[in-house]
This record gives sequence, structure tokens and C-alpha cells, in this order.
Amino acid sequence: MIMAEKKKANPFDLSFLEALARFQEIEFQDVEISFEELELNFSPRLLGLAKPVPMIAGKTEVKPKPTKILETEYQIPSEDYTSQIVEVKLGATKTEGGTRSKAITIGGERAPAFFSFLEKMPNKPVIAIDVFDYPEVRLPKAVKMHVNEVIHDPAEWARLSVEKFEADMINVHLLSIDPLINNAPPKEALKTVENVLQAVDVPIAIGGCGDPKKDLEVFTEIAAATEGERLLFGSVTLDMDIEATAKIIQKYDHTVIAFTSMDVNKARELNRKLYEHLDKDRIVMDTTTAALGYGLDYAFTVMERARLAGLKGDLELNHPISSGSTNAWAAREAWLQLGPKWSPRELRGPLWETITAQTLLLAGVDYFMMMHPASVKALHDMIESLVSDSHPTQTADWITLKV
Amino acid sequence: MPAKELSPIEVYKLLPGTNCKECGETNCMAFAAKLVNRETTIQNCPPLLNEKYKSAFDKLWALLKPPVRAVEVGVGEKKKIIGGEYVVHRHDFTYFNPTAIAVDVSDEMSDEELTARINAVKDFEYEYIGMKLRLDMIAVRSTSNDPAKFEATVRKVSESGFPLILCTLNPAVIEQGLTIVSKEKPLIYAATKDNWREMAELALMYKVPLVVSAPFDLKMLKSLARTLVEYGVEDLILDPGTMFGEGLADTLNNFTMLRISAIEKEDEFLGFPLLGLPITAWQEKYEDQVINEWNEAMLACALITRYADLIIIHGLEGWALLPLVFLRQNLYTDPRKPVSVEPGVRKFGNPTVASPMLLTTNFALTYYTVAADIESAKLDCYLLVVDTEGISVESAIAGRKMTADTAAEAIKNFKLDDYVNHKTIIIPGRAARISGEIEELSGWKVLVGPLDSSGLPKFLESSWKTKSS
Ligand code: B12
Ligand code: SF4
Repeated sequence: MIMAEKKKANPFDLSFLEALARFQEIEFQDVEISFEELELNFSPRLLGLAKPVPMIAGKTEVKPKPTKILETEYQIPSEDYTSQIVEVKLGATKTEGGTRSKAITIGGERAPAFFSFLEKMPNKPVIAIDVFDYPEVRLPKAVKMHVNEVIHDPAEWARLSVEKFEADMINVHLLSIDPLINNAPPKEALKTVENVLQAVDVPIAIGGCGDPKKDLEVFTEIAAATEGERLLFGSVTLDMDIEATAKIIQKYDHTVIAFTSMDVNKARELNRKLYEHLDKDRIVMDTTTAALGYGLDYAFTVMERARLAGLKGDLELNHPISSGSTNAWAAREAWLQLGPKWSPRELRGPLWETITAQTLLLAGVDYFMMMHPASVKALHDMIESLVSDSHPTQTADWITLKV
Repeated sequence: MPAKELSPIEVYKLLPGTNCKECGETNCMAFAAKLVNRETTIQNCPPLLNEKYKSAFDKLWALLKPPVRAVEVGVGEKKKIIGGEYVVHRHDFTYFNPTAIAVDVSDEMSDEELTARINAVKDFEYEYIGMKLRLDMIAVRSTSNDPAKFEATVRKVSESGFPLILCTLNPAVIEQGLTIVSKEKPLIYAATKDNWREMAELALMYKVPLVVSAPFDLKMLKSLARTLVEYGVEDLILDPGTMFGEGLADTLNNFTMLRISAIEKEDEFLGFPLLGLPITAWQEKYEDQVINEWNEAMLACALITRYADLIIIHGLEGWALLPLVFLRQNLYTDPRKPVSVEPGVRKFGNPTVASPMLLTTNFALTYYTVAADIESAKLDCYLLVVDTEGISVESAIAGRKMTADTAAEAIKNFKLDDYVNHKTIIIPGRAARISGEIEELSGWKVLVGPLDSSGLPKFLESSWKTKSS
């Protein structure tokens, strides 16, 4: 406290300001400096956010200092989440009408991602590795070096991804159907998909080329020929023939990614349109992934908002979320040579993809499309630790750690 | 009250209501709006400092103060404000004080190693959309438990000017360090169930902030925090324990619960910043250090995403730290307004009246990407930055934040005729859609440039020479 003797305190004296900042309660009654003078010094920079003005009249009681720890209960905060994210089953086994060795279920949450003090994550998020049907696809060097030998054969690429890189699923990107690339006919795309289905026994997702007409044509061909497989088609967008797309997904027993651009209202709109023709539990939504440093903040926040809304009763947003975390490689910092200080880029790139994905994992993503084997492994490990029931057996003695 | 629920009216009712403008705003309502957005502080309303408004002042203070206390560490230019947060989710308002990153040193490191680490912290800098991404603090660990060694190291490190964290559970060692640097307001680590009294005395005597540590025991953490608050220590930072691997789930749970308790449950003993310790990823040493670096980066990023206000790291590899400082920047940008630059005409190199005139948007990421491409190609040109309210080219075209109208207006208002004599403007490939209309409205010839600004040098080589010949 600044006592009456201090009435000649120089308002420009720093220790005086410090005292203000620290004690927060000061007797001001007898101080003979005008508030005008004082005000000059109440800059928030100097004071931080400590309570600056101190016009408490009267004495504050001096409480005795505690002599032992004042035991206090900690209460786990409760939160109201009233609805559940729908569960979507991807892939089907023989008995279920498909050919996969097992199906994978995503979604089903009743609490935000990994708020396991409220609820244990009912289904683990899964990772699909991207496989392309077009060998000239532009891949970053750090990725290409791992898949060079299989780049001409999507089926082999898929096999490598499952057997060596431990992909939960395969995402077959049909780039070659793009009218601006090879304009490959639907039959050819179907052949690729059949080969991949043969090569691996995990559930499969199908990526189109982004051309709304061509994608629908190809999806129709594939959906009919693989009835019952519960493939995950990516994607249906607002500029496609939504009704036609939804109908083939429903009719042939598949699932779909509803893709919109970083806007929860667009996501709602698309879902609403899909509900007219499609069961809710066949829809995974994707609100767009931007790379770390290139809009990840938007991607994160849109996904987090969508998830919280879904849990709090917005029944147009309570779907599992998909993320194309491969987009991380769009960031220059993921692949560019930046000089020795930031090298090697062979590590920087996959870490970039990992952090992009990990951040969205914490926002609520259930299904990842990824590319670099190290990123896939790292995210898998992180998911395992986050869903595990184990508790630390000892605490880290990092203070005296010799490193 | 959670910040998101505070309305300007509620604040307005407590202001003097004289519209005297001393705060620099046109009226009290405008000042109230700024207060609610935390763009100004109550002491900027001079009349409010008058005795007769004392009760209003106190009410405002209580309404507006952050539920997570803002704790200052360090002095001078490098001083850091830790905490001072209002919301659990950034979309509910914004996060304010980016997670401070401290790098550790120990008091048994050789002089060379110490100097190398201090310099690494000093020299760490990455330019990103007009900002410099940096590291913030140095944590001195006493591995020796020897006060003299600790003192010597603290002395040396303090010359760097970085805010310090003094780390040891031995109060005698801490005090030895404090005798050197107490004026520089270091943070001391830590008060535990065994030493809290001595640490509290030190914090009070030297007027420094204090970490309360009770790893993986929230009941003890809260009990200690309460005890220390009642002891008179106000600037506290909480360490709920950090662990990678098997302890990660509990780690993130604890951080999350504490942040919700502080903000949504307004728990007075838990309204303090949180300390995360990615350095614990070095506990288990891998033969290949790359794994430790990598794990630490993931752990640090998870903690930045989940509410840590301050972290201590060990690894110094640029490839591992870059994602971390990027993530921190991204999550702490204000979601209420995109990071943007001033609209206007920028000059690159030594342009003449015959040099190219380019057009882009005022989204910071777009502008700095284009500027970097121009600079690295050493082009002589002008760049017209159009106000798109901080939206990138493609989004701005799609969302009509950049239309032929706004582009033509910018051409006119920024008097492009004063810079070049050829009445030709090059627009981004992603804005091709509006090229014809811009020509019509502005009378300028429009060339559609490449999709990515990195293609500019090549594009200019072919198209610009052709054009001028
Ligand atoms: C982040 C993002 C957003 C953020 C905006 C962030 C911001 N402040 O700009 C938010 C979420 C707000 C957003 C909103 C919208 N978005 Co958006 N968004 C993106 C995203 C993911 C990244 C955009 C980005 O930052 N790019 C990086 C910057 C640096 O790129 P850039 O500005 O284009 O600059 C490059 C080039 O244009 C070129 N360049 C720039 N200047 C110049 C100058 C010259 C002379 C030359 C030659 C070249 C050049 O070089 C630069 C570097 O490569 C993209 C998808 C993607 N991955 O690309 C979608 C995307 C651009 N958005 C899209 C859409 C539709 C929208 C919305 C209309 C959505 C909606 N329904 O509301 C709104 C519109 C916003 C508005 N109010 O105007 C679409 C556009 C589709 C289209 N082509 O029409 C995209 C492609 C997503 C998609 N596939 O649907 N978006
Ligand atoms: S200084 Fe205070 S009283 Fe005067 S206009 Fe501003 S808010 Fe109102």
C-alpha cells in the first residue's frame, strides 16, 4: 500500500506505477496529485492489465497468511452437449455385402474432440492415404521419394500404403478423368478402382477430379459396379447435380463427402439438400482444409464451430468431419529450400503436414486424407495416445534433466 | 461474465454519459463499443477516474477484466504478457497474448554451449506476412543445485535482455538467482506442495510472478493456488504437468478443464495462465535426436492449440520450430478481422513510366507472397493494392469483395496515370473473370497474369516485352 507519507509521490516515478500495478488497491484519499496528472501515466502498456485505479477508500484488512495448504476440491467442469455426431460406417465385409476384411466407423461423439474428461472418443479418427491414378501428378520431393516405385500403379501404391505405411483406408484420386488432363472414360476409372479393391482389403474412398459433370458420370459408373462396398465418394459439392449424386450413393449403398468452402452456412445448405435423398449416416462433411500458414486458422475455426454446433443441437452439422490435410503441401514452407537454418526440408515438410492435421484433429476431424508416411505415422501415434486410458505413472523431472 | 456475452449497452450504462470526448471517441457509446471489443481500457476515460465514479469504475473493472489473469514477465521491450485471455474458443472473440515460447539453458552448460543457445534464441527470426516470428524468453534450469553456479549462469543469460524463468525447486538456489535479476522481473518456477511457503515469500519479497506446480493433480494445483492467493501472491501461473505419449491424454484434458474452469465457471483460484512443458519430450532420449525434436514440436503445437499461455522448449532446430511459430501466429490472429495491409500503390526496384503496373488484393498473405516473388525476381514495377477487406484474390472474386467496380475505382483513386504512361494493368490469373469489365469501366487495357505470382518473371519476359514493342 502507498501510505499517507507517500503523498508527495512523483507520478512519473516508475516504482510508483509499479506499486499501482502490483497492489491494485491503494489509499488515494490523501494523495495530493490530481487525477489529470495521474492519468498521463495510466498507460495500459506500463500497467499491463492489472487493476489500474485505486480509489478504494477505507482500510483493507490484513488477513493472516495461511500456514498450511488450504485444501480445495477441484470439480471437473460439466458442459451441455445435447446431441451426438452421427456415426458413418465406411466399407463393408462379406457378410455386410462388400469385400473388405473389416468396416470402419467414424463419428459418434457426444463431446468435443478428446475432451475425454467428459466422454471417451467412441471411434478413433482414421487416416486414408492418397493414391493417384496419374503418374505425372505433382508431388513434393519429400513424398515422391517414398512412392517412386509404385507411382505408375495405383493398386501397388495402395498396397504399399496399407502394408508399409499403415493406412487405415485408401483414397484413390481419379485425376486422369479430368477433362483437362486425360479425360479418361468412366470404364477406365472403374478398372482402377477394381484393381485397388483387389490389392487391399481396407475400406476405399474415391476422389473425383473436381469437374461437377464428369465426377457424377464416373461416380455413377463406379457406384453401380461396386454396390454394397460402402465406398466413400469425394465429393459432392453445391455446384453438382446434388439430387442425382445423392441418389446413386443411396441406391448402391455407399457414403459421400459433402464438400463446401469454409463456411458453416454452405455446409448446412449442402447437407440439407442431401437429406432429401440420402440417409444422414451416409454423409461425412468437409469444410475445406487450408495449410498451416495459409489459412489454417480459418479451417480450424470453421471446423471447431461446426463441431460445437453439431454437439449443441444443430442437426444440420452433426456429421463426422473430413480433412484433406495433404493440402499442407500447398504451403511454400512445406517444400521450399529455405537455407540451412530451416533445413532439412525432408523433415520440415512432413512435420508441416503433421501439424496441419494434428491441429484439425483437435478441432474435431474424424477422417484424414494424408500423404507423407512419416506424417501418417506421427498422427496415428498421437491418436493412439489421445484415446488411450493410460495415465502417467511418474512425472517428468525436466528441471534437472541432462540434455 | 464470458466476454462474448458482454454488450456495449451494459458497459455504456456505467460510463459517465457526458459525451465529453476526452477519450478521443465521439461519445460514450463509441467508447463502450471499443471497451467491449477490448480495443481500449477504462483508464482512457479520464472522468471515470474521479472519486464519484468509484463504484462504476469498480464494476467496469470487474466486467472487463480477463478471466485468465494477465501476468507480466520481464521488463522493457522484450517484456511478455502471459495469459490475459477471455474465451475458450477463438471464434467466440479472439485470443490476445500469443503463447510465449521460452528456450531452456542449464547451469551446467559450458560457456560455449550457453552462448550458442542464447544466440540461437536471439537470431531466430522468420518473416511471415510482414511480421517477424520470434522466440521470447529463456528458462534457466538448475541441474547443479548449486547456488553459485546458478547465479553465474543467470548473470550471463540476463545480459541477453530476454525475460527469464528461473527453474529449480530449491528456494535457496532461486533466491541466489533473484539477487541478480529481481529488477528484471523474472518468473520463478515453482511453488509445490513441499516448498510453497518459501517460494511465496520469495515472490512477495522480490515482487516476481510465480509458477504453481502440481503435475497431474488438479486438486492439489487448485489448493496451492488458493493458498498462494490468500498468502498475497497475485501473479501466478499454473503448471498442471505435461507429458508426451502415455501422459498426453491427461495433459490435454487438464489444460482444457482448467481453461473451462477459469473462463466458463469463473473459478477464482484457477483464473491464471497455463504453463506447458514440451521440454518433457526429451525425458526419453532417442538415439536419433530428430525424434525428440519432432515429438517436442508436436507436443508444443498441441499445447498451443489447447490453451497453453507459456511453453518451455529445448530443441532449437529450425525445421521443427517453424511450424510451431506459424501455428501460434495463425491461432492468435483476430478472427474478427483478416490480417491486411494498407491499400495503395507500392514501388518495387526502380520503375519508370514504362514499367509494368500490377494489381493484387490487400490480404496480408496475398500481398506479402506477391511482394516476395517480385523482390526475389528483382523486378522493377508498381503494384496496386486494392482494398478487398483483407480477402485473398480467389475468395475476393468469388465473394465479390473485388469486383470490376472496386478495381476500376482503385485505378482512378490511386491515380495510376501519375505512375505509368501505358495505361495497362496486369491482374492475377485468378481474377481473369473480371478482366473485360475492368477494361470497360476504367479505360485501361488489362493483361491477365499467371495464376501464381511466382510465374510473374516468366510472364513479363514474354508478355511485357511483346506489349511494349
Ligand atoms: C482461406 C480461404 C478463405 C478465407 C479467406 C481468407 C482471406 N482472408 O482471404 C475465408 C474463409 C474467409 C474464405 C471465404 C470465401 N471463400 Co475462400 N478460400 C480460402 C482458401 C482455402 C485459401 C485462399 C488463400 O488464402 N490463398 C492464398 C493466397 C496467397 O492466394 P491468392 O490471394 O489467390 O494469391 C495468389 C494468386 O492469386 C497469385 N496472385 C496474387 N496477386 C497477384 C497479382 C498478379 C499480378 C499475379 C500475376 C498473380 C497474383 O499469386 C498468389 C500466390 O500464389 C481457398 C482454397 C485454396 N486452398 O486455395 C478458398 C477459395 C479461394 N474460397 C472460395 C470461396 C468460394 C469463398 C467464399 C465465396 C465462400 C462463401 N461461400 O462465402 C468466401 C468469400 C469471402 C468474401 N467475403 O469475399 C473458393 C473460390 C472458388 C472459385 N474459384 O470461385 C476457393 C478456391 C475454395 C473452393 N475450392 O471452393 N475463403
Ligand atoms: S471520456 Fe468518458 S465520459 Fe467522456 S466521452 Fe469518453 S467515455 Fe464518455
